[in-house]
Amino acid sequence: MEIVLIFLVGGMFSAGIYLLLQRRLAQLIVGLGLLTNATNLLVFTVARLSREGAPLIESGANQLEETASDPTPQALVLTAIVIGFGVLAFFITLAYRAYRQVGSDDLEQMVSTDLLDADDDPDSDSQDGLLEGAAD
Amino acid sequence: MNLLLVTPIIVPMLAAIAALAFREQPSVRRIISLAGPLSMLAAGFALLVIVDRDGIQSTNLGDWPAPFGIVLVADLFSSFMLLMAGIVSLAALVFSFGTLRSRNIRFGHYSVVNLMLVGVSGAFLTGDMFNLFVWFELMLISSFVLLALGGGRRRIEGSVKYVAINLLSSAFFLAGAGLLYATTGTLNMADLSVKIAEVDNQGLVTTIAMFFVISFGLKSAAFPLFFWLPASYHTPSIDVTALFSGLLTKVGVYALIRTFTLIFANDVDFTHTLIMVLAGFTMVVGVVGAVAQYDYRRLLSFHIVSQIGYMLMGLSIFTPAALAGAILFIAHNILVKTSLFLVGGLLARFSGTESLNRMGDMYRRKPVIAGLFAVAALSLAGIPPSSGFISKLALVRAGIEDEAYVITGISLFVSLLTLYSMTKIWNSVFWRPMPETAPGAVAELPPVRRLNLLLMLSPILFLVGLSAIFGFVAQPVFEIATDAAESLIDPSAYVQAVLGETP
Repeated sequence: MEIVLIFLVGGMFSAGIYLLLQRRLAQLIVGLGLLTNATNLLVFTVARLSREGAPLIESGANQLEETASDPTPQALVLTAIVIGFGVLAFFITLAYRAYRQVGSDDLEQMVSTDLLDADDDPDSDSQDGLLEGAAD
Repeated sequence: MNLLLVTPIIVPMLAAIAALAFREQPSVRRIISLAGPLSMLAAGFALLVIVDRDGIQSTNLGDWPAPFGIVLVADLFSSFMLLMAGIVSLAALVFSFGTLRSRNIRFGHYSVVNLMLVGVSGAFLTGDMFNLFVWFELMLISSFVLLALGGGRRRIEGSVKYVAINLLSSAFFLAGAGLLYATTGTLNMADLSVKIAEVDNQGLVTTIAMFFVISFGLKSAAFPLFFWLPASYHTPSIDVTALFSGLLTKVGVYALIRTFTLIFANDVDFTHTLIMVLAGFTMVVGVVGAVAQYDYRRLLSFHIVSQIGYMLMGLSIFTPAALAGAILFIAHNILVKTSLFLVGGLLARFSGTESLNRMGDMYRRKPVIAGLFAVAALSLAGIPPSSGFISKLALVRAGIEDEAYVITGISLFVSLLTLYSMTKIWNSVFWRPMPETAPGAVAELPPVRRLNLLLMLSPILFLVGLSAIFGFVAQPVFEIATDAAESLIDPSAYVQAVLGETP
């Protein structure tokens, strides 16, 4: 069973990286989603996949039985899934905002932060960095 | 349970929640928000004293015994970082009282700042790999919000780049932590420090180490993964830039130093040589990037990258003297860089632009600002007797002692280029007359109220003053840094404090 998941994780990683290298914002989002979930699966897989017995330590023993899978990484993955979900939701909102602002979902259009000696932002809203203090 | 270790995490969190209740009273929010930085400052100072006297402090959260539960650990390095973070966030907050629009305060600016501080304190104090991941995420999501808050095309574009690259880095971090658990069966850093040497397949350990180099390298903006920083740091309101420059990349460097002294210290020939190569490139590429810039904040953003290289250089030489130099350099850089950004905020306020091409004549119009800039800029370039000189001297001496001539040479050369950059700012902003092509924007700017000016000037004075004191009275700081570095190189005391047994 592990071998299937290992290849799945590898496939998801490569698909994720491929999508990250594309120019469109939507592909970036899907790529990041794949990457986050590939990582979650990876951590899940290293815990050993086994349905033999519950991961309970027998009284007297101080180690888990060899056949049971380790519950710690599964707990970690739960936390990581929640975090990843939250961050991705934020990113989707941000991407939508960027799409509205730039009028395109082409990442090549989003270079206004990289221009050498660009004029002060024509879009007056982002000038608050400069002119705050006069406001209140 | 040692409550002192929990304080800098709990207090900012409570402050963030309490501030939410006062939506229509910005001044109440301002005052509540001070609780976070003050608690970090107080706890950092108290921990520094206690750790210096009684040794490393460790507490088991939820009373789960050490390698199984999550531990918080304070050694000299983490207490010192906590203290510095408290100082710089206090300064940035007070500055923002004079500049920030009440609209942003209504949006919850100060709550988010305090949440970010929760993450920063947690990252400094935790002794657990996965817990470190969680604190990083908390810090990052808050920084995403701070970066995007207020909107505007540049801010949103900068945020897209920043968020995307940080998600990538988090994926690498989590994968690294998972694989680390798979090879050693533990996530407790002290336990890892012992168990990692017992792993049969050391090649696998080095591979995992590379995951952390990528992840922390991204977060600290080391070569070749630094492009997001100059693309995003100049977009938010200026106090946020100052806060980010003082805290975020430094947390990345802290994590690199912590993991590569405590855990991945067995294959030093490979890992630390790699870090040294990265350090050299980071220094050079950052400073060369800055030469081309004519925007105050973007120019300084490239210098952040360049100076990350010095910190990595200290780690890569891997002797107590070099690590002490790195710690000194971090402290110096936090103070000076933040004050330079805050000076930039004042300049922008008085000239209505951040482009060096459209500024001028500031020395005559605002001599106090010119003086503050000059002290901070000379310190950044490492002119004696500034704090920059002391910390660079420590690094260079350690480099020569360890016969790492190439990296030492590079660091001296980069210092020269840094001086060139600072001279460029000085000439165009302060020295020359106002360029004639510039639009007459100056007259249209509303005057700054006296109270606001005081709120903006006092934190800069505070930071520049601290850095000057640090330059003149270096001995006590140097001793702390040396002690901290020695306990980093030999982690047995750390391991013993956490696990309660001699390894």
